[in-house]
Amino acid sequence: MMLSRTANNLFWLARYMERAEATARLIEMGQRMALLPGPKESNEWRSVMMAAGAVDAVDGDKTVSEARVVKTLLLSADNPTSVRYCLERARANARAVRTSLTQQQWETLNDGWRRFEKMTTSEARKNLGDHLDWVKTRAATFRGATEGFMLRNDRYDFLHLGAYIERANMTLRLLDVKYYVLLPETEVVGGGRDHYQWRSILLALSGHRAYHHNYDGDYSPWKITDFLVLSSRFPRSLKFCYGGIRLHLDRLAEHYGESHQCSETANAMLEKLSTKDLGEIFQSGLHEFIMGAIGTTYRLSDEISDAYHF
Amino acid sequence: MGDPAGPRRPYRNVARWIEKTGIDLLNMRREEAEAIFRRIGITFAVYGEGGDPERLIPFDMIPRIFSAAEWRRVSAGVKQRARALNAFLYDIYHRGEIMRAGIIPEHLVYRNEAFLPEMIGVEPPGRVYSHIVGVDIVRTDAEDFLVLEDNCRTPSGVSYMLENREIMMRMFPDLFSRAKVEPVDTYPDELKKSLAEVAPPACKGDPCIALLTPGPFNSAYYEHSYLADLMGIELVEPGDLFVDEGKVWMRTTRGPQQVDVIYRRIDDDYIDPLAFRPDSMLGVQGLFNAYRAGNVTLCSAPGAGIADDKAIYIFVPDMVRFYLGEEPILKNVQTWRCALQDDCAHVLDNLKDLVVKEVHGSGGYGMLVGPKATKEERKAYAERIKADPDNFIAQPTLNLSTSPTMGDEGLSGRHVDFRPYCLVGAETRLVPGGLTRVALKKGSLVVNSSQGGGVKDTWVLSE
Amino acid sequence: MEHRIRHLSTYSYDPAALRVALRLKLFPVDHEGQQVESWKVTVNDEEVSPLVFSDLGDREALWSSEDALDQLTITAEGIVSTRETNGIVRGMPGFAPPGIYIRETELTEPDEAIRALMGEATGDDTLSRLHALMGLIHERVKYLTGSTSARTTAADALKDGKGVCQDHAQLFIAAARTAEVPARYVTGYLQMEEETEELLETHAWAEAHVDGIGWVGFDPSHNLCPTERYVRLCSGLDAFGASPIRGNVLGETKESLEVSVAIGQSQQ
Repeated sequence: MMLSRTANNLFWLARYMERAEATARLIEMGQRMALLPGPKESNEWRSVMMAAGAVDAVDGDKTVSEARVVKTLLLSADNPTSVRYCLERARANARAVRTSLTQQQWETLNDGWRRFEKMTTSEARKNLGDHLDWVKTRAATFRGATEGFMLRNDRYDFLHLGAYIERANMTLRLLDVKYYVLLPETEVVGGGRDHYQWRSILLALSGHRAYHHNYDGDYSPWKITDFLVLSSRFPRSLKFCYGGIRLHLDRLAEHYGESHQCSETANAMLEKLSTKDLGEIFQSGLHEFIMGAIGTTYRLSDEISDAYHF
Repeated sequence: MGDPAGPRRPYRNVARWIEKTGIDLLNMRREEAEAIFRRIGITFAVYGEGGDPERLIPFDMIPRIFSAAEWRRVSAGVKQRARALNAFLYDIYHRGEIMRAGIIPEHLVYRNEAFLPEMIGVEPPGRVYSHIVGVDIVRTDAEDFLVLEDNCRTPSGVSYMLENREIMMRMFPDLFSRAKVEPVDTYPDELKKSLAEVAPPACKGDPCIALLTPGPFNSAYYEHSYLADLMGIELVEPGDLFVDEGKVWMRTTRGPQQVDVIYRRIDDDYIDPLAFRPDSMLGVQGLFNAYRAGNVTLCSAPGAGIADDKAIYIFVPDMVRFYLGEEPILKNVQTWRCALQDDCAHVLDNLKDLVVKEVHGSGGYGMLVGPKATKEERKAYAERIKADPDNFIAQPTLNLSTSPTMGDEGLSGRHVDFRPYCLVGAETRLVPGGLTRVALKKGSLVVNSSQGGGVKDTWVLSE
Repeated sequence: MEHRIRHLSTYSYDPAALRVALRLKLFPVDHEGQQVESWKVTVNDEEVSPLVFSDLGDREALWSSEDALDQLTITAEGIVSTRETNGIVRGMPGFAPPGIYIRETELTEPDEAIRALMGEATGDDTLSRLHALMGLIHERVKYLTGSTSARTTAADALKDGKGVCQDHAQLFIAAARTAEVPARYVTGYLQMEEETEELLETHAWAEAHVDGIGWVGFDPSHNLCPTERYVRLCSGLDAFGASPIRGNVLGETKESLEVSVAIGQSQQ
């Protein structure tokens, strides 16, 4: 038996940790893109902000500066996608369930959680790469501590459900911001720019190497979409995330001897991802598909809360 | 050791060991120990002293030692006191015989803020109100132990007793092979046993026990989570509990689960906004009535705090005689109540020799240490006493015993006090040990951590 | 005298309250001057029974909503018969020692003026002093509807010279306690003298414990000891302690309250 609050804390602890990492990778992508030669009018920082859900912060502005992004997505104390906010929330959730975590998990979350508290934007920009690397290392260490030492009980499952939901969410939000560059029509716009845009998506998900392995460097919107949505092997693809969700929901259902609506929702989504091919997805509209999947993922998160009373 | 007679007998073994080990190594070990404390995050304020909630309390490596014979006496005395205090609580919330007998004036009880009229007639399981009684003890000479005060609500600091021992065993395993020290690590099991024994009579099978904490921002949160973990019970926050059908439930991933016993670390005022402070954000609505209906046991019982009120303290030896028909084993410190005219006159005439305290104060604040105060300070304090005599009590400055303690220039004697944690369920239990607090400043009598106090491991040697 | 009572309280929440928890002391108990023939309390049509039979003489029930709600209707109704006892209340359940009713509370903390008022209340014995006190309060504190609030203290009411039954009763209690006379606050119903149908009010008065007699009621608002027209509901150390309905609402919402009490004398 477990307190519902404990499940809630573990679920959100994992979500915030995953989100901190995702935001760090987004900023990294923005930084890389800003260095690459490309059309000046294309402002990658803007899509970074949008993918991080900080739309309000860019409304009305023509261009978004790196300083602005660092302030909003790295250092902000109240933007729910900023790295600082996520690390603080992850640590607060962990503190409340301290005894459910291993020593190493706790230490990973506790060490340096105040790193960004007093940092100024200019200080942060000076060593931006180091800071982003540090965040990625935290996330990797936490994951390692979880896999290496955590007891495989329901606590483990709630932790992973949070992580997979957040990850699916991130991939979908990125697709939502960038879906137009993946539409067939945009191919007429011309090679150079699209190539550049496609790479940015893969970079944001740290998937460019993996993509190369899979597709041998042959960039095309179809293949990229296939990779991000339907790949069974890429750990940030929608299908992979839903596979993880189903695995942990199944384990919980077995553990508690009862399955809930959330399992049906996850199964239906997985079924769709397994039987449909890209043609069908594009036919009914890529954007519509993404919007639908975002809605389903939100609903799924609520259904998990309902099922386990948190 | 600061004492011409040399260390007392029980210390001899340790003294030889210290000599052999050398001060440098000890100092190094101390730094190591503090690093461990900091890393595992044992930071909290003992006794609700306020200040930085993530403060680390200085740890002294030299244990405070009781011989087996000394402990027998302390233990019998503490258990006796815990039984008398619970008998007193039952009495004042029922027929009030001790007041009818003229031993304690009625108004000291009935007008006391810590007395809860709503508890009149309530029958707590086992007639236990205070399930963990922390008794603060000092010694003034080789023979006598004196009680400074009792703590009947939710005395804190027991995690130090456990952690200090853990650290000592880790640092100096060889020391423990020389001296036979009684273990203290049975405390969590004994506590759990005591809590289980006071489950409501209607509860069949293993009772569901939970520790109720105000939450992670409380200064003793570390202790709450540590104890819950060691006992293997749920650590719940008010939001995890709700009352339905007059019973208390906790929200779990399998749905509501009934709770039978709550070890609560939240003050009376805040446990139930429907019964006490309506603005409490910490409470569980209806908890007090669920308790009064006998559907859940609260440890300690609401209203138990009156037994550790400073105005009531004076009467504890009388309670022992009245309820148990025994002579008190542990003495009180002589205390003058300024509320009484004669006492007040004596206090005002002898301020320079006395320690004066506020009746409802705690943590060593707001008190006057006569011999250490300036003439002006004493004069100002006298005015305060005259303005509100009921609010003050006075005690002689005690010639407190010292215990060898590490200083920068080696070992020297420092004043200590001691708090054992007596558990009351169907039986009265006392784990051989407790929390020793030490005044790290030379000559200081104040052991509170906020004012330069530290902690030590406490050893009870076996026969 | 038989009273048919229907006491209806309706609370509205806008926007809806997330969760409402109630503690109800809406259950009259028998004593020598009062017998409860039938009684029923419902919250949103759900019957509620007492959970706690307190030795202070009250019965208390709990109720809480499962879901969000925008309206709450609490109904207490039944038949209570009373007889004249010259204000003396005997035979209440519970054994609470009168001594506990000497405590001060925030609402009844005495000031110099209250002590002086008790000083003015002279008489041969405690009982006559209390009668004098009742007369003094009736005279000094004018009954003025809406002139005070639930937070008005006894001292403020005396200073301002106006108040309602709650203020009268609290002032009486505060003053009596300064003379070491245990006193408590009583909430109940009153069947008005000039009987128009449905003219009934929730009312409040005081009870003081007089050695040799026991608990005696005093109603400074009407300057008399409770008669058979009074139905006793519950008591406490002050108005807050004797609230028949205490609620705790979760969610940011505005609460508005409507109360109606119908007491009808029934045909013999």
